[in-house]
Amino acid sequence: MSALKIGEGFEGLIEWLGERGAPVFDAIRSVLTACIHGLEYVLLLPPSYAVIAVLMVLAWRLSGLGTAVFTALGMLLIQDMGLWQPTMETLALVLSSALVALVLGIPLGIWASYSRNVERVLRPALDLMQTMPAFVYLIPAVLFFRLGKVPGVVATVIFAMPPAVRLTNLGIRQVPAEVVEAAIAFGATPRQTLLNVQLPIAIPTLLAGVNQTIMLSLSMVVISAMIGAGGLGEQVLKGITQLRIGLGFESGIAVVILAIVLDRLTHALGKPRTRSS
Amino acid sequence: MEKIEVRGLRKIYGGQPERAIALLEQGRSKQEILEETGCTVAIQEASFEVKAGEIFVIMGLSGSGKSTVLRCLNRLIEPSAGSVHVDGVDVTRADKAGLLDIRRRKMAMVFQNFGLLPHRSVIRNVEYGLEMQGLERRETRPKAQHALELVGLKGYEEKLPHELSGGMQQRVGLARAIATDAEILLMDEAFSALDPLIRRQMQDELLELQSRMNKTIVFITHDLDEALKLGGRIVIMKDGCIAQLGTPEEILTRPADAYVRAFVEHVDRTKVITAQSVMRRPESVVHPKDGPALAVKRMRESGTSTLFVTNQARKLVGLVRIEDALRLMSENTHSLDGALVTDLPTTSPDTPLSKLVAVAATTQIPIAVVAEDQSFLGIVSRATLLASIAGEAS
Repeated sequence: MSALKIGEGFEGLIEWLGERGAPVFDAIRSVLTACIHGLEYVLLLPPSYAVIAVLMVLAWRLSGLGTAVFTALGMLLIQDMGLWQPTMETLALVLSSALVALVLGIPLGIWASYSRNVERVLRPALDLMQTMPAFVYLIPAVLFFRLGKVPGVVATVIFAMPPAVRLTNLGIRQVPAEVVEAAIAFGATPRQTLLNVQLPIAIPTLLAGVNQTIMLSLSMVVISAMIGAGGLGEQVLKGITQLRIGLGFESGIAVVILAIVLDRLTHALGKPRTRSS
Repeated sequence: MEKIEVRGLRKIYGGQPERAIALLEQGRSKQEILEETGCTVAIQEASFEVKAGEIFVIMGLSGSGKSTVLRCLNRLIEPSAGSVHVDGVDVTRADKAGLLDIRRRKMAMVFQNFGLLPHRSVIRNVEYGLEMQGLERRETRPKAQHALELVGLKGYEEKLPHELSGGMQQRVGLARAIATDAEILLMDEAFSALDPLIRRQMQDELLELQSRMNKTIVFITHDLDEALKLGGRIVIMKDGCIAQLGTPEEILTRPADAYVRAFVEHVDRTKVITAQSVMRRPESVVHPKDGPALAVKRMRESGTSTLFVTNQARKLVGLVRIEDALRLMSENTHSLDGALVTDLPTTSPDTPLSKLVAVAATTQIPIAVVAEDQSFLGIVSRATLLASIAGEAS
């Protein structure tokens, strides 16, 4: 124990929050549960071939033929390995976490881009969120939300949000000052400037943040299987604890395939569309 | 009432603008104020008026405060003190809605690096100001189209800004400003980012457009040649102060201080200085009926070999040479009519010296400056011309 009792203090804080914040945490819990179950339902109810077909078309439209072929083959391989259900569970977790992380992170990034003080406070907080070993988030998440998918999502949101904040902030700050000045000089209100000028110009950078958030979500969702979030992480965990090397390896491959598909899809979002002139 | 009236404008950056202003009023220097209060003085004091329909150029080197002055006009930068009246309304006292209205309808701005929206097509960029005025697409489209035609960009409507050259991008910027129908154009180093050739072309086009549109233009530049070419009147700024305000000729011929003099030293004066500002009153003239004897006497008195001849209404009728006058005397003729040279080099008072050089090269006779009604205003001799070009005109 350190002389300053940092650990004890943190424990106290978490306990106090757990007691006082119970209604809030319950509300968050039910919203997240609904979100996760809804997504799982959408992904698991239709036959897997239908989902694969949709993903393939999406990949083709957004990225190109190569990605579409890879997506189809990869997803078929996952299904062949018997990992379809855990993969879709993981995908539902990733999408829920990323969604929450973006809903929180993008406005925070906008706020930070407007105020140097906000940025000054946020920066160390974001550094802390990213450098703290990911497992540490699992502890308070479990205390507030018990075991299961919800604490998994909460821990993932904390871990995956920083790039969304950072790159939104960066994207808006990178908009040339003169362009913003031009908007104001022609009589744009701050809101019009943000919506018509700053955000549209910041979009490529902002989407790079979306991409990173999704990728970080995936890595954290796998880890959060340790607190019962299920999905592919659970299979990897089984592979480790039961020494089933084959299962562990197959699950690992499924994670990689999912990662590549998600990366290609979201990466393609950030590229400017080619315009027909 | 002038179109724009700027009174006692000051801009101080830093935590204690009031103290800095108090110190300024005590006559302390920028440097002293910086040391004492930590405040940077961007504009010490600026007062001037811009007349409706003129191109008013604010010129200065970087850091002189010229761009700050411009941005105080539409409050892109909030002035620390002073007032800016546009059509009699104080912009500095306008509330939020009033300020937005002034920006949307009264003034339009053109930027050094164009300030175009990179994600919007050319026509949508030109429509931007109109959208801000709250117009519907069906109203904005024809206006934007017309503005694009004015700047010669018909056919480029659907291009993105980055697909155009610098000069074309600035035309889009200009079209965006013109499209709003604002009476005042604020142009911030609008041509400074362009190649010299394109730049001169844009200057000519601006002058040509201005002759049709008759806007009130406040033009910022660091380039004296550009200032002299475009400006009806020019303000030269130095260290946040106005060093001199005047017409291009006033600034060239009567620089207010050493700073302005150093500035104008290397200018091609011949393009700006006109005949009337260097011409001398002819020492003496004769009337045709005065006779050769008087003409010879006057030439001897003034030490010249030629003499201009005017009629009673001071209109130029010709010139007489000493040898012809002497011949007439020996022939006992009493009128100069027989020796009058009428094919004279003449020029109008507003001809720049650069054009006089060619004339002077073809003749020994001083060039006569005559008004439109042929009244005789003065002469420009070769010696005067050379001295003025060298910058030694009195």
